[in-house]
Amino acid sequence: MEPILEVKDLHVSFSVRGGEVKAVRGVNFTVGRGETIAIVGESGSGKSVTAQTIMRLIPSPPSMIKQGEIIFNGQNLLAKSNKDMEAVRGKDIGMIFQDPMTSLNPTIKVGKQITEGLIKHQNLSAADAKKRGVEMLKLVGIKNAEARFNQYPHEFSGGMRQRVMIAIALSCQPALLIADEPTTALDVTIQAQIISVMKDMQQRFGTSIIMITHDLGVVAGMADRVMVMYAGEVVETGTSMEIFKNPQHPYTRGLLRSLPRIDQRKDEPLVPIIGTPPDLIKPPIGCPFAARCDHAMSVCEKIDPAATHLSDTHMSRCWLLHPMAQEVTTS
Amino acid sequence: MSQPLIEVEGLKKYFNLGRGNILKAVNGIDFSINEGETLGVVGESGCGKSTAGRTILRLYEPTAGSVRFNGTDIYKLSPSKMKAMRRDMQMIFQDPYASLNPRFTVTDIIGEALDIHNMAGSRKERKKRVEELLDLVGLNPDHATRYPHEFSGGQRQRIGIARALAVNPKFIICDEPISALDVSIQAQVVNLLQDLQKRLGLTYLFIAHDLSMVKHISDRVAVMYMGRVVELAPSEELYANPLHAYTKTLLSAIPVPDPEIEANKKHILLNDEAAGPIHSKDGAPSQDLFNLDNSQLVEVSKGHWVAM
Repeated sequence: MEPILEVKDLHVSFSVRGGEVKAVRGVNFTVGRGETIAIVGESGSGKSVTAQTIMRLIPSPPSMIKQGEIIFNGQNLLAKSNKDMEAVRGKDIGMIFQDPMTSLNPTIKVGKQITEGLIKHQNLSAADAKKRGVEMLKLVGIKNAEARFNQYPHEFSGGMRQRVMIAIALSCQPALLIADEPTTALDVTIQAQIISVMKDMQQRFGTSIIMITHDLGVVAGMADRVMVMYAGEVVETGTSMEIFKNPQHPYTRGLLRSLPRIDQRKDEPLVPIIGTPPDLIKPPIGCPFAARCDHAMSVCEKIDPAATHLSDTHMSRCWLLHPMAQEVTTS
Repeated sequence: MSQPLIEVEGLKKYFNLGRGNILKAVNGIDFSINEGETLGVVGESGCGKSTAGRTILRLYEPTAGSVRFNGTDIYKLSPSKMKAMRRDMQMIFQDPYASLNPRFTVTDIIGEALDIHNMAGSRKERKKRVEELLDLVGLNPDHATRYPHEFSGGQRQRIGIARALAVNPKFIICDEPISALDVSIQAQVVNLLQDLQKRLGLTYLFIAHDLSMVKHISDRVAVMYMGRVVELAPSEELYANPLHAYTKTLLSAIPVPDPEIEANKKHILLNDEAAGPIHSKDGAPSQDLFNLDNSQLVEVSKGHWVAM
């Protein structure tokens, strides 16, 4: 698949009073055309920072992009001026945020919020933009779209607001959609609706999606590929099948084990991952997961493991996959 | 199982929204909870599950109905008797960031409960009891002098649990105790709650919207929709054999962390704008998708109740 986005060795830090929080530490990945990639990880793993850096949405200071390149359609987004970025945001890359209650402007009618981008990026007349905006509302499954077009966000329920967000994000038919926890604030039945709307829109427009979430169930239902982040690093990537059926990193395995599943019997106790993630002001020199890992060896605390490629698509960073480690564990 | 510890009968809680509009948050629910049992309550935002929890603890005065604790109707108790009763009934809240006073040390947060109920004789005894409780919930007793901001989300939730346990309650309502926590931390807190239940013989009402977690922790599960219980059954039975249309919708919407199952699953979609619990003054109810106004809970097989 032809990559539409390529992130190379991205490092992002935040300056805080105690020093420098190294939130993203050397992230590499590509997104193919029409592909859905999910970024999974817990709070503070750097997944949202990575996504917001692609959109260049985090203010600097306090953030600093220390190193790396983000190549989108052949251009390095990190080299663009703020003014040039404005032409990319909303037009080539759309974004949906977690909380549909706060990400719409409460004082502006939803119609105007949808057409704003169309008028700016596609030079449509107000009348054409309205026509297109109403069409978008219909596409995302909002009934009575003409009337709803002139309503304010508070007149919509949470799920409906998230549909409006999707309509705004996709109105200019961007090549890439970044969805940052798009269903976390919603109830499960509404979540199922929003996911089906996103899949439907992806098929219609061929949009690539970067989906950020901590819900592994949502990932299984949507993603072609999965990227597991921990403490600012990508610890494992693979196709959904590889990640769910054959996870190789102890953190990925731990995440899957700590989840109760609706399709399993309840007698087995949950296996939690002990401890908490490391402090990224002073990230560990070795593997960031070593302190919480059941299989940690002395090398894990000293040297951060390099990537081991198990297939063309499956990568994991763990010392257990090193050829010499096998001998140690079996002896 | 033994004697019911909690018996809820015909419980209603309405909120007056002004201009004659009434929000029927809890609209007639009945169930009982046996001693040592966990009853899970699931449902979506606005279904009345949290209001039900708070009304059962008499944090809200009910509009109608009764709640009996060990046979005593708690709504008939005088304020001073009610205060004594609160020793036996405690609550753990959803947001461990908002439910702990940021200006109190951990000792004071947990000790406050002991002070209110005159359970700590001397300062020394109070300190000892706080340290015992911290140890019980898996926190380091040396951290008793710290403030909430010095703890992570999971640790704060443990402080919340220690506070609830301080007065030796028999019954604890857990209102979404893990929704604000990361996946890897959720399992830690759930295991702690289960372990405490075994050691102290606690009875739980576990309110959540995460149906997989509710299934895991509960003996029986009640599904709420628009202020009513639409289905109540032992948890394995409910998930294996859901009977009410709403329960089926809810269960079909839960994503399973397995790409093969997800690829072959059919979702039942519900029109989310159809229903709401607000009743306007002209008496016209909002759309009643499942005709709940005319239905009653019927026991279809042993312990499995459905609104019909």
